[in-house]
Amino acid sequence: MSITVYVPGDAAAVSVGADAVAAAITREAQARGLDVRVVRNGSRGLLWLEPLVEVATPQGRVAYAPVGEGDIAGLFQAGWLEGGAHALRLGDITQHPYFRDQRRVSFARVGVIDPVDVDDYAAHGGWAGLKRALALEPAKVVETVTASGLRGRGGAAFPTGIKWQTVHDAHALQKYIVCNADEGDSGTFSDRMLMEGDPLCLVEGMTIAGLAVGATQGYIYLRSEYPHAWRTLNAAIAQAYAAGWLGADIAGSGRRFDLEVRLGAGAYICGEETSLLESLEGKRGQVRFKPPLPALKGLFGKPTVINNVITFSAVPAILADGAPAYHDYGTGRSRGTLPLQLAGNIAHGGLVEVPFGLTLRQVLYDYGGGSASGRPIRAVQVGGPLGAYLPESLFDTPLDYEAFAKVGGMLGHGGIVVFDDTVDMLEQARYAMEFCAIESCGKCTPCRIGSTRGVEVIDRFATHGAVQEALLRDLCQTMLHGSLCALGGLTPYPVLSALDHFPEDFDRVRQSDAA
Amino acid sequence: MGKRSRHIESVTEVVPALEDALAGPVEAAIAEHRDRPGALLPILHAVQDALGHVPEGAVAPIAAALNMTRADVHGVVSFYHHYRSAPPGAHLVQVCRAEACQSMGARALEAHARARLGLAAGAHHSADGRFTLEPVYCLGNCALSPAMLLDGQLHGRVTPGRFDALLATCETTEEHAA
Repeated sequence: MSITVYVPGDAAAVSVGADAVAAAITREAQARGLDVRVVRNGSRGLLWLEPLVEVATPQGRVAYAPVGEGDIAGLFQAGWLEGGAHALRLGDITQHPYFRDQRRVSFARVGVIDPVDVDDYAAHGGWAGLKRALALEPAKVVETVTASGLRGRGGAAFPTGIKWQTVHDAHALQKYIVCNADEGDSGTFSDRMLMEGDPLCLVEGMTIAGLAVGATQGYIYLRSEYPHAWRTLNAAIAQAYAAGWLGADIAGSGRRFDLEVRLGAGAYICGEETSLLESLEGKRGQVRFKPPLPALKGLFGKPTVINNVITFSAVPAILADGAPAYHDYGTGRSRGTLPLQLAGNIAHGGLVEVPFGLTLRQVLYDYGGGSASGRPIRAVQVGGPLGAYLPESLFDTPLDYEAFAKVGGMLGHGGIVVFDDTVDMLEQARYAMEFCAIESCGKCTPCRIGSTRGVEVIDRFATHGAVQEALLRDLCQTMLHGSLCALGGLTPYPVLSALDHFPEDFDRVRQSDAA
Repeated sequence: MGKRSRHIESVTEVVPALEDALAGPVEAAIAEHRDRPGALLPILHAVQDALGHVPEGAVAPIAAALNMTRADVHGVVSFYHHYRSAPPGAHLVQVCRAEACQSMGARALEAHARARLGLAAGAHHSADGRFTLEPVYCLGNCALSPAMLLDGQLHGRVTPGRFDALLATCETTEEHAA
């Protein structure tokens, strides 16, 4: 009987050699005449331990990590197919301290199953939410999502149920479901991991949304920087069609939903929902004025539900287990779980799905294990390139939308980027402005011109510090209040937070005034 | 009509034509995707996948097929960072410049890559045409930074030493091919 070995096909694992490991396992097994089946699963999220290989033994899955190509012969020698002892043996990975206390809802199957196998998906609770949705009136499905307290995980945190209700109530012959998979924020990779590790969960969530609001066509707008996710999504969608979970007659219900992946073309602004819709329509990704809301006039002018990957992927579990089960997680108005992404200069980088409410410090040290360089952590940027830089004095802020807003921060998509004490905060503030200048769609003046002027003003700190600070603050106020969308409107966050919390990096040059 | 407008007329008549060798893939891309809603990006992707870039001469036939102006199509091609108007070098190096990679030395890595590939400041192509270096903003490998793509393959924790080793591998492949 064949023994199953799981080697992640996740892009992060592949980036540190998982393909070579998978090939070496197959080679070694053949040489030894052993019947081994290699499954390319998603990543369990302990990314610093990748490639993390698991062997399915009669006693359960046994993990070995990090496994290099050169370790394979030794692992076979040590009898790893029976869970044998070896220096790399970690045992049951779900009992690992990094994993044990997580609450995985969206990521329940990621790293566990074969991502493109519809039956494996079903065997691990897949399609239960869709079956439940098929048995309910559409209005009831919307009601369930509303009751769960789910808010958009793309950053703006808008209540999902209200958005769906608006599209449900709109009258139109054609409506659309659009998934914003343009995860362009540095430090975020949960969308990518989900699309590579459990794409059918996204397919199921979008299909439920279609049934709920009466939309028959869905699009996943995927960023072009994710070639692995592109392949996995297309393979999963093809399997879902073949098994009758998509198409004209979903699971024999007589109801229709079609789904297609569309590739973006490297524009950060297309993560903004109205730019994304323009791009999907085949135009330049320029921001639209709101109103009208996309819920009423969205893709091709039709009512459109647009949510991000993690939002849709929370939906199947909400339908399957009921709204209260999801709502019970979390704190205040931040309900459910948030997949946090620990990145940058961090010892144990990876994905941590926990209910809202842990403090930043707990995440950085209990999960992250401190900096990768071993030096003190000085600044942490939460929520992507438009998020504030937080100093150590704010590390006890709980991770929930309102608490972060209160300290001038943004939880956003849950990306956490760590910098040690070698970081130059003037340089980071300059980068934020430069990034906005490169990525601005150009439609509004505060963003298009303001970001370019911002770079210039910061460059002049070296010679005329004090004057430039007043100018920079004034410019930031203009961008904050005058920009059309979040790119120009939020770029001041990283800039002002750097200036407010790390004035010494700007002072250093300001002293030259006196000289 | 005065002299000036005749001049403009003669300028607008210069429509860049497509070389014969490139026409096939462009026609194929148009034929395959023209009837999809929002077809322009899928067509441009198909053209670039086939040719490595979107030649200027492709703009006119695409515009005609989609009933758009050439200005509209050009506006889209030039708006998106992904589309290139000239062919890249034999090998494409895309180094991530975003914050997570910065925190782990991406600036130094990019400087090393520039020096190793012999690129002048601001240049994207090596003099021998073998390498193209492009910045990208996030490859989604932020926990294993710094990250880069080499000919579409993602690599994590790229130190200058590992960069040199990866480059050596692609030079070996070239020799094998030769």
